[in-house]
Formats: sequence, C-alpha cells, structure tokens
Amino acid sequence: MELTLTVNGNVHELNVPANTLLVEVLRERLGLTGTHVGCDTSQCGACTVHLDGRAVKACTVLAAQAQGAAVTTIEGIGSAAQLHPMQAAFREHHALQCGFCTPGMIMAAIDLVQHNEQLDRRTVRAGLEGNLCRCTGYHNIVDAVLAAAPELAGEAEHG
Amino acid sequence: MAEALKDGIGASVRRKEDVRFVTGSGRYTDDINVAGQLHAAFLRSPHARARIDAIDPTEALALPDVVAVLTGKDMADDGLGDLPCGWLVKQKDGSDMVSAPHPPLAHRVVNYVGEPYGIVVARTVQAARRAAEAVATDFTEVDAVVDPAAAMSSEDIHDGVVGNLAYDWALGEQQATEDALAAAAHVTRLELINNRLIPNAMEPRAALGVYDKGTGDHVLYTTSQNPHLERLVLSAFVQVAPEHKLRVVAPDVGGGFGSKIFIYAEETAVIWAARRLEQPVKWTAERSESFLADAHGRDHVTQAELGLDADGRFVALKVSTTANLGAYLSTFGSSVPTYLYGTLLAGQYKTPNIFVEVHGVYTNTAPVDAYRGAGRPEATYVVERMVETAARELGRDPAELRRLNMIRPEDFPYDTPVALTYDVGDYEASLDKALELIDYAGFAQRRAAAAERGKRRGIGLACYIEACGLAPSKLAISLGAGVGLYESGEIRVNPTGNVTVFTGSHSHGQGHETTFAQVVAQRFGIGIDDVEVVHGDTGRVEFGLGTYGSRSLAVGGSALSCAADKIIAKGTRIAAHMLEADPEEVEFTGGHFKVRDSNRTLSFAEVAFAAYVPSNYPDDLEPGLSEKAFYDPENFTYPAGTHIAEVEIDEQTGEVELVDFVAVDDFGTVINPMIVLGQVHGGVAQGVGQALLEHGVYDAFGQLQTGSYMDYCMPRADDLPDFRVDTTVTPCTHNPLGVKGCGEAGAIGSPAAVMNAVTDAVGVNDLSMPATAEKVWRALQGA
Repeated sequence: MELTLTVNGNVHELNVPANTLLVEVLRERLGLTGTHVGCDTSQCGACTVHLDGRAVKACTVLAAQAQGAAVTTIEGIGSAAQLHPMQAAFREHHALQCGFCTPGMIMAAIDLVQHNEQLDRRTVRAGLEGNLCRCTGYHNIVDAVLAAAPELAGEAEHG
Repeated sequence: MAEALKDGIGASVRRKEDVRFVTGSGRYTDDINVAGQLHAAFLRSPHARARIDAIDPTEALALPDVVAVLTGKDMADDGLGDLPCGWLVKQKDGSDMVSAPHPPLAHRVVNYVGEPYGIVVARTVQAARRAAEAVATDFTEVDAVVDPAAAMSSEDIHDGVVGNLAYDWALGEQQATEDALAAAAHVTRLELINNRLIPNAMEPRAALGVYDKGTGDHVLYTTSQNPHLERLVLSAFVQVAPEHKLRVVAPDVGGGFGSKIFIYAEETAVIWAARRLEQPVKWTAERSESFLADAHGRDHVTQAELGLDADGRFVALKVSTTANLGAYLSTFGSSVPTYLYGTLLAGQYKTPNIFVEVHGVYTNTAPVDAYRGAGRPEATYVVERMVETAARELGRDPAELRRLNMIRPEDFPYDTPVALTYDVGDYEASLDKALELIDYAGFAQRRAAAAERGKRRGIGLACYIEACGLAPSKLAISLGAGVGLYESGEIRVNPTGNVTVFTGSHSHGQGHETTFAQVVAQRFGIGIDDVEVVHGDTGRVEFGLGTYGSRSLAVGGSALSCAADKIIAKGTRIAAHMLEADPEEVEFTGGHFKVRDSNRTLSFAEVAFAAYVPSNYPDDLEPGLSEKAFYDPENFTYPAGTHIAEVEIDEQTGEVELVDFVAVDDFGTVINPMIVLGQVHGGVAQGVGQALLEHGVYDAFGQLQTGSYMDYCMPRADDLPDFRVDTTVTPCTHNPLGVKGCGEAGAIGSPAAVMNAVTDAVGVNDLSMPATAEKVWRALQGA
C-alpha cells in the first residue's frame, strides 16, 4: 500500500505490504536502526517511539496506522553534539550499560515526564514498567529520569 | 583511595561509548545489512525427543522468494563437525566425562524443544519464516527425560551415555568429611533447589554470514562475548573455514550475561549457508527462539549437610548435587557445576572438611551453561542458606555465627579444602559495613513496625566469595580446559601521541571503552579522549579469550598494563638518547620523560613522534612505538562481600516486597566507581529476579512453559527497590592493577540474601526459589 510517513520531521513516500509494522519501516526502509526489537510479544519496550508525542511500541503499530502522524525516533530528539536533556541525563547518571534497551527507555521516559507532574522514585518505576532493562537494575535509570524531569515537565513535544 | 586524575584510575568518568548508545547510533549485529543478503529461519523441533524420519521441503521451496532449505544431513554431508564442549571434566574414577555428539543441526534425532534441524533461506524474513512452517517433517516421538532428579533412572537419551550421566565428579576428602559430620555437635541438613534461569540479554542473538567467493574469505558478524574463541571453535572443531580465512566480528552486543559466550548452531549454519549459496545470509532470533535455544542457567538439586561443634565452629560441609546439563554439553557447560561450583564451597569460612560430589546429567531440555556468576551463585546459595539455617536452629545470631567462622586477614594466603588459595581479603570489614548500612541493630523495631501494618518483615545475609579473573592457563588446562585463559592486549602509540588500544576482552555493556582507556591514559599521563579501545573483531585484534567470569579488567586490563610497561621502557630509551642521558637516569611521570634532578624533559607525544620520525634516535632500536602483551594470571582473584536483604510479606496474599538491599563488596582496586556500582546494581537485579520472579519451567513432556515475557517473569522497574551499594578494598596481590572483578558479584550474593530474608519472615527453612506469592502463601498456611 502507498503510505506517507513523517519521521523526525522528514516526509517519506513508501509502498509497503499492508501488514508491515512501523518498526520494520523504521529499521529496514528508513535505516533508523536506533529503534530496537527485543521481543515478539510487546513486552520489552525496546522499540518505543513517539507517535504524535505519545510513546508507543513500534512493534505493535502498523506502519499504516502512522499515516499522517508525526513519528519521532531516538535519532530525532538530539544529536551527539547536542543531546536531548533525557539523553544527557542517561549518560550523566550511568543509566545504560549495553545500550540495547536505551533508546526505547529514553523515549518512554520522555513521555513519562512530559505528561506527569511531581514524579517520585516510585511513580517513575511504575511508569517505566513497560520497558525491560537487563543490565542496570533500573536504579540509575530512575536517577536519570528524575534528574531530567524538571527541564521537561509539561513540555509538549514538537514532532 | 589515592586522589584520582580527572579521568584516570579512581575517577567516575562518564562513559565514552554512551554518546552513540543514547543517540541510537550503536551498531548491533541486526543493524548491519549488506547488499544481496538473504534471510534465514530455522526449522526447530516441536518435540522434546524424537527421531526425524523424513523432511519434505517441496511445498516450502515452491513458495515465492524461497532460496533453499538445508538440513542437518546437508551439513554433515559437507563435512562439518560437531559443536564441542570446551572443558573435559575427569570423573571420580579418573575416566573422562561422557560427551554426547552435538551436531550443529540435528539430523537423525532431536533432543529438546527448539533444537534446530534445518535452515530455510529466503529473500525476506517473512518468506523464510513462512517457508519454515511449510516444511513437512515426519517425527517419531520418544518419551522425554525432563526431571534432572529422575534422569539417572530414566531411559538413556544418547547411545552410550548410561543413566544419562555425563559425569560423576567429586572434590575434597569424603571420609574425613563424613567422620567430622558424625562427630559434630550439630548437623544442619537441607535440600536446596537452584532454579533454572533463562538469561534474556535484551538483544536477541543474531548472525550475518558473508562469503567472498573471489578470495574465499568468510566474515561472520555475530552476537558474541568472545569472537576469537568463536573463530577457533568454528575453524578447529566444526571446520567451517580455516582460521585465516574466517573473520568474526562482534560489534556492539546488547548484553550477554554468559549466554553469548557459547558457540551455537545458528551462527554456524548461517556462515555455512552463506558459503554454500554464495550470498550473504542473516538471521536474528525472535525472543521466543531465545527462550527455547539460548543456553539456560543454574538448575541444580542439592542435598547438603553442615556440621558444627559445640562452639558453633563449622567442622564439615558435605554437598551432593545433581546438575542438569540439558540435552547436550554446551561450550563450557561441564565446568560450571564442577570447577566453578565445588571449589567455592568453603565460602568465607575456615570449614576444615569439605566434600562435594556432582552428578552432571543429560535431559531433554535446552543445554545449560554459564549464566552470570556461573556455579558461584549456586555455591554461595548452598553455603549461605546452610549457615543461616544452622544459626536459626542453634538460636545464634546469623551475623555473629558467620563472623566466628570467617577467614581472618592474618590467615591469607589461605588454602581451602577445595583446591583454591585465596590471596587476600577482609571479610569482617565488608560484613561490618553492611551491618551498619542496613542498621542491623534496628531490625527488631522495623519488624515490629511492619507487624502493625500486617506485614511480616524478614532479614537475610549472604557473605559470598567468588573466584574470578579466569584463569591461570596451566591450572585450567590441567583441570580440563581446552584453551588457555590468558588475555592479549596491544597498544599502538600513533605518531601524534594518541593511542589505539586493542584488547581481546569484549565489551557488551561493561564499559571497557572507558575503563580500559582510563587504565592506559593514567599510565601515559594523557586524557582518555586520546585513547581509543578496539575490541570484538578478529580482523583487528590479534587474539583474545573474551569476556566472562569477571575477567576483563583483571586479565585483559593487566595485559594492557604489561603492554604499557613495554611502551614506557622503549620510550625511556628513546628519550634518554634524545636527552643525552643514561636510560637509568630517565624517569617517566605525569606524561613526561625527565632526566632525574634536571629540567630536561620530553613529552609522551614528542617521544612518540621521534619513534616514527627517527632522526635523532638510538642505532640499536627499531622505529615505531607499538607493544603487545599476553597476560596469564598466576591465580584467580577473589572478590567477596556481604549482601543483606530485607523483605516484607503480605500475610493475606503471600506477596513479597524487597524493601531494602545493601551490598558491600571488595573488588580490590576500583578504576571507575560509577561503572562498578552499576555492575552491582545489574547483578543484584538478576539475583533478586532469581530469588523472587524468574523460573524456566518445562512440563513433563519437555515443553517449555515459560517461553515468552508473558510467562517468564523478568524483573521490571517496579519490582525492585533502590539498592544501597558500597565497597571495601583489599587490592588483589598478584595482578598489576590490584583489581578483582565486579561483573558477577551482584548475582552471586543476592539470591541467598533474599531467600534468607524470605524464610526468616515466613518462619520456614525449606522454601525454594522463586519465592512467588503463591509459594509463600502456601508456606504461610503451613507455618
């Protein structure tokens, strides 16, 4: 099917089978390999991206469902020269080890802090329960999210 | 700790690798694509045990985009060999263990659900998977052997493996131990089950094989913790390609925890198929395949007896373990329940008599091999559950009973009755610090306060020891290892004075690109941004034995330290010539070569430049400034510490909440405290997962019941508390960095600490992991 996708501000015209998943388009057609696939049951959250500013698991969204929406991936929020505050906080607080869950974790965390006021350690933990990390034990992820939260709270995303 | 350079040893330097990871620029195996690549799906056994009668690919081959269906028979006909087990364990009677043949792709029989017996190659992933389902295979099912405890009395799985026994192994003095138990004032007895775990690194395994028919070169990109070992095994044993025509690249790897040490069927089949089809072939595991076919961990059933004298001193420990090895002996599967387990049963204590026997058995389940800690969590679990239980039975304070029996600083070096010599430690120091951190004295109050809220609060300790820094090669080879266990390191000082470092260790989350850079930067007095660490590519790094057993810094880092010595020695001779001094008069400090008691100096970069532009240069010295070292440790390292857990249990539901966790570890000298604490956090999370959540379960027919994240309970953020982590330091006495290794400790101490806390709260001793709400609730009804 013919599809128009806006990803990280760039418009792409694509022709894909109707059953193509958003994550497949991102990784295989657009070369945006920062979005990872860690499971086959929508449990791990490694593939989390933003669809019109809200976190979704791109393994469970058809590419067709993103037609007309603004998709933002980890590549679209910051750069090596200018990290997004959440990216910078993850680095500063050693909130990643192998890095595989990290892009999805960061995208989920941004959604969490943008849409929730007055987060504390317990609510951050509850808010990230859809994203698995096998390396960090989550302790430093909680530190990072809370450190970045004041800067991002209530901020609407401009996809 | 000495004052750290800004980014030298002892500084919590932010990681160099993180910028690429947080921006989505990491390059994992599945991120790599090459022109013309095909995609693979595997034919996997739906049965735990069956004969393969016929494989009919006709329908699959007729589907669009399907290129080939290759079977185990095709692979055998091409002359590929079996996957070897790399550690030959000698049995009690001196005979060799019995290793059943392990063809990469099964071709006559299948022995566990998920075992690959063929590979389907197509132009798209979807086509490959669809075609795999269209292959018609006739199986004749045979009764499976699933329960390890019953394996020895079940039908033989493999021809020639009587009683499904791979080995009957023992260590220690049996008679003396039994005599001491008979004479003991008190004997504590317990059956302990170490639950089967499924590793679940977040990146599923993947492989991309590329064959160049012009040159005959093979390149295999794969998710490996040790690419050189992968190349060695695929060349020397499986005979995929000669070593000099096979390059193995392990790029960014998304966690391993042991499960990516091993040489698996899938990458073997992928590189073989790429050559056979003369086109690149790629495979990436679905998570369900990871559950079925990654090597699992643990799975022991143990009977233990601990004898104490009237004063509470341990006089004997006798341990009998049945270890489930799965359907085949995986790469290091045989060594985990033997030399990485039995040797650790002294723990931190002066128990004079120890005897351990281990029956390693085959079952129709996925192979079992090293998973974070590998044998040492199982040993710690035995020792620390026994000690805690003995304290309860005798009405002694568990901390004080441990203290009474601990090896003391003046006892080192200490020879245990189970073959190790501990070089150094101060176990009471970490015990005391942990007791203080948890406020041990205040526990009774916290328990009373919890009771008022309808919660039962419990506390549990584990004082663990581990043998890390694997390993002295001669010793390991004498015990059956098929390879040496040294590590290589090479330092190339570039003409402009920055440095490229090559290590045989592999980083898949540990932060070597930062820690190793700190080690080298400190030696040369340069910044870490002037040090680039290269790893994970047999085409760039000379040799290596990889990352496992908390060995990277202790062995790989030490190799780099030795290479740095050589660089400094050569640099000193160059500088002496240029400064017109005797080399004996030249010292290297703070990044400068300096003639003692003078102001004549040369910077590291000036000497590097002179080495490559040798105009004013010694006649008897080769140009260039590049050195390598192979470092072979003279002993294991012995990290040790105390973990303490506190839990609260809801009396109505049996739900366990881990409310506090303290870890105090002695890892020797710490290079990067931030990274070390992070390693502890992650290890503890996996240990808590084992104690409370995780369990790999097969049903009586050998079907995996926990084959997805909906059935296998991984620790999530809201399952865990904040961890309180601290260190004590006794530097390792026999490596140049004084380091011991920190990767596994968290997973080693924590399961016993948590289970001691849970059983303390419930008031029973015989509760098995994982302590799920159902199990705890049932125990509460009976307690």
